[in-house]
Amino acid sequence: MNWARQLRMKLRALFGSRESSRRLDDEIEFHLEQQIVENVAAGMSKEEARRAALRAFGNPSVVKDETRDTWGWVRLEQIARDLRNGARSLWRTPRFALAAVLVMALGIGATTAMFTVVRSVLLEPLPFREPARLLRLYEYFDEAFKINASAAGVFAEWKKESTHFSDLAIFSFRTEYNLSGTGGQLPEKVPASECSWSLFNTLGVQPVIGRVFIAEDDRPSANGTVVLSWGLWKRRFGGDSSILGQTIRLDAKPYTVIGVMPAWFAYPEQRAQLWTPIYHEEAVGEMQALDSHDFGAIGRLKPGATEAGAKAELSVITKRLHDEHKDDPFVSKGADTKPLVDDVVGDVKTPLYVLFAATGCFLFIASLNVASLLVAREATRRRELAIRAALGGGKWRLLREHLMESLALSIAGGIAGLLVAYTAIRWFVTTRQEMNRVDTIHIDGWAMAFAGGLVFLCAIFAGATSALSVHGNQILPALQEVARSHSAGQERVRLRKWLLSVEVALTAVLLVGAGLLLKSYKQLRTVDLGCVTDNVLTMHLSLPEAAYKESASRVNFYEALLARVRALPGVQAAAFTRMVPGEGYGGDSGFAIAEHPPLPEGKYNLGIVRWVDPGYFAALGIPIVQGQLFDSNQRLDKADEVVVSAELVRQYFPGENPIGKHLLTIGRRPFRVVGVVGDTRFLAAQAARSIMYFPLFVSIYDGVANGGTLAVRSDRDVTALALPVQRIVQQLDPELPVADVLTMDQVIGKSTVDASFDATLVLAFALLSLVLAASGLFGVLSYVATQRTTELGVRMALGAQRSEVLKMMLWDGLRPAGVGLILGLAGGFASARLIRDLLYGVKPLDASVFVVVNVLLLTVAAAACLLPAWRASRMDPMRALRNE
Amino acid sequence: MGKPSDLVQGTLDLLILKTISLEPKHGWAIAKRIQQISREVLQVQQGSLYPALHRLEQRGWIKAKWKESETRRKAKFYSLTAAGRAQLEKEAENWNRLSAAINLVVETS
Repeated sequence: MNWARQLRMKLRALFGSRESSRRLDDEIEFHLEQQIVENVAAGMSKEEARRAALRAFGNPSVVKDETRDTWGWVRLEQIARDLRNGARSLWRTPRFALAAVLVMALGIGATTAMFTVVRSVLLEPLPFREPARLLRLYEYFDEAFKINASAAGVFAEWKKESTHFSDLAIFSFRTEYNLSGTGGQLPEKVPASECSWSLFNTLGVQPVIGRVFIAEDDRPSANGTVVLSWGLWKRRFGGDSSILGQTIRLDAKPYTVIGVMPAWFAYPEQRAQLWTPIYHEEAVGEMQALDSHDFGAIGRLKPGATEAGAKAELSVITKRLHDEHKDDPFVSKGADTKPLVDDVVGDVKTPLYVLFAATGCFLFIASLNVASLLVAREATRRRELAIRAALGGGKWRLLREHLMESLALSIAGGIAGLLVAYTAIRWFVTTRQEMNRVDTIHIDGWAMAFAGGLVFLCAIFAGATSALSVHGNQILPALQEVARSHSAGQERVRLRKWLLSVEVALTAVLLVGAGLLLKSYKQLRTVDLGCVTDNVLTMHLSLPEAAYKESASRVNFYEALLARVRALPGVQAAAFTRMVPGEGYGGDSGFAIAEHPPLPEGKYNLGIVRWVDPGYFAALGIPIVQGQLFDSNQRLDKADEVVVSAELVRQYFPGENPIGKHLLTIGRRPFRVVGVVGDTRFLAAQAARSIMYFPLFVSIYDGVANGGTLAVRSDRDVTALALPVQRIVQQLDPELPVADVLTMDQVIGKSTVDASFDATLVLAFALLSLVLAASGLFGVLSYVATQRTTELGVRMALGAQRSEVLKMMLWDGLRPAGVGLILGLAGGFASARLIRDLLYGVKPLDASVFVVVNVLLLTVAAAACLLPAWRASRMDPMRALRNE
Repeated sequence: MGKPSDLVQGTLDLLILKTISLEPKHGWAIAKRIQQISREVLQVQQGSLYPALHRLEQRGWIKAKWKESETRRKAKFYSLTAAGRAQLEKEAENWNRLSAAINLVVETS
């Protein structure tokens, strides 16, 4: 137990240092006494004996010092002393210290915050049992739909035949239920997921209370059951566990609450608030369809099974189904898989790493700036240091003081930085609530350790850089230099200029990145959706099937709603549709053209499906390109007219007049093309696709569409209409909730929130870096100017023009900026390629961005240099010389 | 100051280890013993013993215990640990090799 004894000894030395010192005193006192006793015995007098003993022993206090030095922690004590000294000397220059600490705090805080986010979201394993075994399963349709959603019929075959999985599960996306109010609560639309009963077992999660679904719940004939999320349970049901076994109404149908999931559980979507059994919810036909790609699937690999093997097996099964149904072009040819974690965080991976890199760059610039400030401070203390070195101050000792000073700065910066990180993370979590796993983000031991590591790295970097300049020099020249005050510290100035170049270079990289992201975001926002977006209000409604079973009742509701809304003062137009442009893909459908020869096997026609009332096109300002619109008499089974988008004509009727042709599609009914309208985009960032507009009141599958988006256009501020419109809905059906009341601009904003977030943050860091770089330039040039006062005075006394001095000083400051800019643009080229995936409508080497960054940096650099240069050129040569 | 030269520094450890290898001793006794055995040749300042003792203790080669000395006063007694014994053997062997080599050089030239 050697190490244990040593540790005990070190701990004793650390915490009981007074006690240890006393014992050492005793030990040495005993030694001297022994010697004195012996000396007295040899015949010396008491006084003589003592002197002789001391002579033989040496200086006791030196011995004690040296002995204490061998104790383990003595170095630490010295470091603490130096740290105190450093802090004290910083205290004497509070403005410098404050600036440096602030800069460090921002850098360390931001970097720690991003580290925490990256670690929690990207690096932590999923909170499920053995998450490495979980796979997300896809269908491979063709090159355009490589990782496609699964058809429930295909999934059923996977589940039946595959041997690589211990469990598989299927679930729906973007499901919503109308949760009826009880006891005075308002009805509410709740995001949910339908899932097979095996979902929870596959993931390996347990409910907090109650139970999850069993096979008996997950059948069409079963009674309705529902599992609640923790959030919904707390918010809506007061966290009361007596909710178990009670009935709540979803879409006006009764469901028994059987369990509540833990707070951290959110799958398949972050927003899912309740789960229902999918085979109970969906129509039998839908769950058997091989070509209706609407669902997500996951699987848990058996021990020993590999992802590649599983993928191959699923592909074989799918291919067999494809070959058995050659007449249906929408059955996939193969399958694909991804580790579940990649699927969960895939979208945010690049943006988060980009942001992490940006904060890292900023921190680097911050510590460069602090190093530069320290170097400048060093200059003013140069004489003191030289004298101390001449008097025998050890080099290591002086170096240590440098390090301690920057360590004191970094520690203060680190503590403040943790506060910054804490605030930043709070802000991040509230801003990005829709992001997967965002709820797992919190500052933990790792984040603290990371911040601590940053503190030391910055301290060593800044301290060593500034110390470098001192120890490269000889003492004598330093002393002489101080005596004669011109041409001073060339070395140090050169070092600071190099630091500046690096700062400017990194700033340029950040600015280029921010510029590209910003431009991409602006492109995204100014993209023409193909419709009017000003003063358009949208809101979601869905008619519960239980209350609106008959198609006629739905038609009645829509007609009454539209008539009343159109009658509201201020309303210019109102329309009802499945989805407005910019809101998402919605659903699509394959179709055939009756007048065309049958398509060759494996070929298909595909169009996005929208149900609209005839007023839709006028309300959203979508132009009619050709033909006319269907009228409002297109109802139920009699409806047989369709309007198509220009893109559909380009794609499927090239060089042909589409009017009067028939599309064979939903329900295999022929619909006659009566008109062609302008293209609209389903998402701002996606090119327009082929769209088929069917009459809103058409009866398909199980009747008229039971929900969608109401769009209202006004000629003034449309948000004022939100309440009156909601009141109309309430009057028509008090049980019916209205959700997502948003203006068109907000709808687009929602789909571009990521882009705006990334661009804003990177821009913020780039601008902060610009400020740091500018202040660095300013500081260095001011310093150079004061150092060269005498020289400039001589020059001017000998007849140098003020403009020449100005030019010379400007050039002095701009040269390092120029070098940095060239380096930075090269770095910008490289990093722009890395963020290519995040850019929309902007090339990585966008010339205008690079030009703007150039101009901006040069202007700022020139501005930062101008004042010190101007000051230098304005000085009185006589006074400058008298300074000598 | 009583700082021994590098040669003595290296050998001082060996001397201390050897001296306490038979029985635990306190500092003064160790100094005395070294002086006696080396027949007063090695005039090390007694004080320089203590940094060496504490260093060896930190390394875990020797351990210390406060006991009553022969004069009925409490003193710190040092003794070898197992690691110290191994170290002593190693250093003694090194020393033998080195001194043999030096002897050889001195006698042949």
